[in-house]
Amino acid sequence: MTATPAIEGWFTTGAAPALLGSRCTDCGTVYFPRELVFCKNPACSGETFEEYAFSRTGKVWSYTDAQYQPPPPYVPVADPYVPFALAAVELEEGLVVLGQVADGYGVADLKVGTPVELVVETLYTDDTGDRTIWRWKPVGRSSEPGRSSAVETPGGAG
Amino acid sequence: MNTDVAIAGVGMHPWGKWGRSFVTYGVHAARAALADAGVDWQDVGLIVGGETVRNGYGGYVAGATFAQALGWNGAKVATSYAACATGAQALDTARSRILAGQTDVALVVGADTTPKGFLAPNAGERWDDPDWLRFRLMGMTNPGYFALYARRRMDLYGATQADFAAVKVKNAKHGLSNPNARYRKEVSAEDVLNSAVVSDPLHLLDICATSDGGAAVLLTSLDYARKHGIADPVRIKAISTVTPVFPQTVMDMPNFSTDSSAVVPAQDRTFKESLGDAAYAEAGIGPEDVSVAEVYDLSTALELDWIEDLSLCKRGEAEHLLRAGDTTIGGRIPVNPSGGLACFGEAVPAQALAQVCELTWQLRGQAEGRQVEGARIGITANQGLFGHGSSVIVAR
Ligand SMILES: [Zn+2]
Repeated sequence: MTATPAIEGWFTTGAAPALLGSRCTDCGTVYFPRELVFCKNPACSGETFEEYAFSRTGKVWSYTDAQYQPPPPYVPVADPYVPFALAAVELEEGLVVLGQVADGYGVADLKVGTPVELVVETLYTDDTGDRTIWRWKPVGRSSEPGRSSAVETPGGAG
Repeated sequence: MNTDVAIAGVGMHPWGKWGRSFVTYGVHAARAALADAGVDWQDVGLIVGGETVRNGYGGYVAGATFAQALGWNGAKVATSYAACATGAQALDTARSRILAGQTDVALVVGADTTPKGFLAPNAGERWDDPDWLRFRLMGMTNPGYFALYARRRMDLYGATQADFAAVKVKNAKHGLSNPNARYRKEVSAEDVLNSAVVSDPLHLLDICATSDGGAAVLLTSLDYARKHGIADPVRIKAISTVTPVFPQTVMDMPNFSTDSSAVVPAQDRTFKESLGDAAYAEAGIGPEDVSVAEVYDLSTALELDWIEDLSLCKRGEAEHLLRAGDTTIGGRIPVNPSGGLACFGEAVPAQALAQVCELTWQLRGQAEGRQVEGARIGITANQGLFGHGSSVIVAR
C-alpha cells in the first residue's frame, strides 16, 4: 500500500510539492487545472502548451469551512464527520486556487492575506492505500495550529 | 430608434415544495400572465421557455413543453438555458424577436421542480467535470463559495455576522405579505445567529433554499400594447446578459481556480459589475436613477455584494446602507421588496423572471403590503454558473 494522488498529474509530491498546470507557448498564460486544448486569452489562438509548476506559496484570498458532511462524490473520512476548512489562495502568477486547509488548522488560523504554503496530505483511503491531495498550510507567525493569525494586509484579486 | 418593449402581463405560481411537475407551475404562471394582460393564448406568436436541467427531456425542450401543455397554437418556439440567468436570456430572445418585427406578442415562461438539500452533482464518476471534482477532491459545496465572498466582506470591510442576519430579517419582513413567497414568517437576528453554521461565517438561515415555482412574462410591441388598450405599460429598457472578459479573476462556482492575470492584466470592473454597467448603458440611465432593486441573495452577504456591484453605493459601503435602513421598504433604495431568495428559495429557470414580475408590480403600484412608493425605475441582477449572469432594467 502506497500513497498516490487522488487525481493524476495535478500536483507533485515530495519535500517541496507544487501544483502542476500548463503554460501557453504562444502568449505565456498559465492555467490550473491545466489547459491543453485552447488558450483562453481572447487575443491568442495558441493550442500548444508546456507543463508549468506553480509557486508553492501564496496569500489567502478568502476562506471557509464545511461544517456539514458534503454530499457524494465527497468521500467521508471519519464517522462521525469532522469538519474541515477550505481556502482560496492567490498565487504570484495572478490566479486564485481553492484547496482544503492542512490538517490541524481551521478558520481561526486564517485571515484575508495570511501567507500559506502548499502541502500534500491524505484526502481519503481506498483499496490502493492513501489517496493524497494538495492543501494550504498557514506559515509564519500563525503556524501553530489553533492559534489565531495576526492580521495581514488585505489583498487579492477581487 | 425606440427599443422599448411592453411588459403586458406577468404571473407566477407560488414558490414552495409542491411536489408536482414543473409543467404545472409553468402553465399556471403563463395563464396568470395572459389573464393579467387580457391577451388570449391564441394571439401569442412566440413562446420562449426557460430550460430546466433536472426534469428530463421535457425540461430540455421547455418552450415546446409549455406550448403543448397550453395547447399547440402554431406559435414559434425557443428554449433558453443560462443557469440562474435563464429567465433573462429567454426574455432577451423574446424582446429581440419583437424588435425585429417578427412577432408582436411573446410569452416567456420558466418553472422548476428542485431536489432537497445541497445541490449535488449527478451520479457517476466524471474525472473531467469540475462540478464533480470539486466535491470529490475538496468537498466544496455551493454554500462554501457563498461563504468565501461573505468572509471577504468581513475581513476587508468590517461586515459582521449580525449584518448578514439583518439582511435576512429585512427580507423576511418584506416578504411577509407576498402571496407568491414560500416563507412568510418574521425572522429575528437571534433566529439567524442561533441557526447552525453551514460554512463559516454563514448560518443556515443566511443561505437560500431550493424551491418549486414558476413565473411568466408576456412581452408585446409598444404598438400592440397601445392598440390593445394597455396604456402606460411598464417597459423593458435594458437586458444585459454580457459574458466575463478574460481574465476572470474572481473565484466562481463551480471552479477550482480563476484565470491568471500574469499575462493579460485583470479588468478594472469585475464580471458582476460589468452586468450592471451594460444594463445602465443600454437604458441610458445611471444608478442614481434607480428606485428599487431585486438582486440575487443566494446568501444574505451576496445581497450586500450586489448592492455594490450595481453601483448603488461605493465598494465596502453596503453595510452602511443596510444599517441606516436605506435598503428597507421606505428607505432610499429598497432592495428585494419581494422578500428575495430569502423568502422564495431558488427555482433556477423561473427566478430571473420572478424578479421582473416583482418589479412590474412595484412600478404599477400593485405590490400590496410591500409597495415601494413612487417606484419608477427598477433593476434586477443575478449570476449563474459558467459565465452567465443578467441585469434587467424596467421603467414606467
Ligand atoms: Zn495563449
